[in-house]
Amino acid sequence: MNVTKNPKIAALKESAVKAMFATAACASILAVFFICLFIFWRGLPAMFEIGVWDFVSGDVWRPTRAIFGILPMIVGSLYVTAGAIVIGVPIGVLTAVFMARFCPAKLYLILKPIVELMAGIPSVVYGLVGVQFLVPLLHQIFPQEASGASVLAASIVLGIMILPTVINVSEAALRAVPNHYYEGALALGATHERAVFFTQLPAAKSGVLASVILGVGRAIGETMAVIWVAGNAPVIPGRILDSARTLTANVALEMGYAEGLHQSSLFATAVVLFVFILIINLCFTMLKRKS
Amino acid sequence: MEGTIITKKESINRVSLSQRLKGYTRRPLSAVLLLATLVAATITLGAVFVLLSNIFTRGIPVIFSTPELFAWEFHSSNLSMMPAIITTLIMIVLTLIIAAPVGIASAVYLVEYAKKGNKLVKIIRLTTETLAGIPSIVFGLFGFIVFVNMMSLGYSIIGGAFTLSIMILPIIVRTTEEALIAFPDLYREGSYGLGAGKIRTIFRIVLPGAVPGILAGVILSIGRISGETAALIFTAGSSTGLPDGLTSSARTLSVHLFALVSNPQAPLDMFFDAAYATATVLVFTVVGVNMLSNYIAKKFNVKN
Repeated sequence: MNVTKNPKIAALKESAVKAMFATAACASILAVFFICLFIFWRGLPAMFEIGVWDFVSGDVWRPTRAIFGILPMIVGSLYVTAGAIVIGVPIGVLTAVFMARFCPAKLYLILKPIVELMAGIPSVVYGLVGVQFLVPLLHQIFPQEASGASVLAASIVLGIMILPTVINVSEAALRAVPNHYYEGALALGATHERAVFFTQLPAAKSGVLASVILGVGRAIGETMAVIWVAGNAPVIPGRILDSARTLTANVALEMGYAEGLHQSSLFATAVVLFVFILIINLCFTMLKRKS
Repeated sequence: MEGTIITKKESINRVSLSQRLKGYTRRPLSAVLLLATLVAATITLGAVFVLLSNIFTRGIPVIFSTPELFAWEFHSSNLSMMPAIITTLIMIVLTLIIAAPVGIASAVYLVEYAKKGNKLVKIIRLTTETLAGIPSIVFGLFGFIVFVNMMSLGYSIIGGAFTLSIMILPIIVRTTEEALIAFPDLYREGSYGLGAGKIRTIFRIVLPGAVPGILAGVILSIGRISGETAALIFTAGSSTGLPDGLTSSARTLSVHLFALVSNPQAPLDMFFDAAYATATVLVFTVVGVNMLSNYIAKKFNVKN
């Protein structure tokens, strides 16, 4: 062991190492900064060339004729995300309540790893099952439709995909509620169910809301699970059985061959997606700060 | 575990099943609420069951009946996933080599050095959270602009690894942070008391003690890397062959699965069979990763 004798050198060494750790810690700042910078740098010029308003409010997307309107994709993303929330949040929150407050300890030992497994399954695998199982199933149920690939199919796949996020965050929030809320409710004569649903769940509402926001972020940013099941027609969907294209799918589908303004317009699509994500992150941060 | 509350209550004040049922008929709202949670949990389990059974019933027979799926080289006639498996392993190692030191060092700064209320720390926390929320397709575009075009690496494994290392940074930072915070202060104080400096304390005492926690995070990242598609199709590309070097394009297992299903070519069943076999391998990877990570985390908890 070489112990540094000179205290000056030792102090220098300490501060050098500290600077090294601090530099590494700035990596995430740099990463976010450069991601913002480059995505906006490549996307904004195209947006201005097309016209910002024309770009976000145009309802025709025809790159071959240089018509770039991404309103259908914005609406598509919002519909699909809303659908995922409608399906995923009630199931997820109720499952979280079950796991935190109703589930026998032995069942929990099985249930928890299954939810973790769900979180780990790659999105392409969800997409594969969606396109091979769910889409044909929906086509059987609604034979009058041209295909089962629709807003509904994408919403179901995404709703299932966000379940682990909603369940894990909501469950943690429920477990963090002090036990005397529950005990107080029981002492006042409430049943176990009433005590859980009307004292503990309201007390955990900011955590539950956080889980919903995280779910929204996950759903709106998902690409691979929706690309095969949403149908991808760049048209504003009128019904839930219509085909829809999301912002993410728009980028992934055309990036491979796009050139010039078309390629830049895809970066601009990513800018719009990115703005949505930043808004969602901001909501999440504000919610966390409040609690 | 909070689930034990029910059993505790029962042992103090035993309620028989018939008494319970009677209670529920008298209080229909409670019965409905209980039923709702049961239905939701069943739907969750059902979704997983449908997902897994759909994959395994088609994927496992294909894996056993077509050994050429694991042939050394890819042909359009065998659709082998072996090059993709090797690429996935290379991608995992490379990404971790880049991201793990940075992520761990970052967490060390946040826990061991930064003072409370430090502005820099607040910004780092905020950006780490932001990074965790950015969709993978945006990472893919960023990698495409920076690594593929500006650094003119082209579609390459190294470009993909750089992109993924930014993506998994938040996971590594967060898990390492948790492990470091959980590490008892007693050891640090003991180390200082014996005259060790901060560096020695961190490298000889704190980091070795936090290894299980860090390892659990690294293993989680392995799951994320092997499952990633959108961040890789425009950075590492989807070449089918075995990679010649780090600058050649190659596809990981997830990209392989994506390319198979997106392929508009004629013998559809063959492509979907290969896709299901790939999905089976991916699911087993995730199961293995989760079990390993849980096992290590459990060992860690017992120790404390």
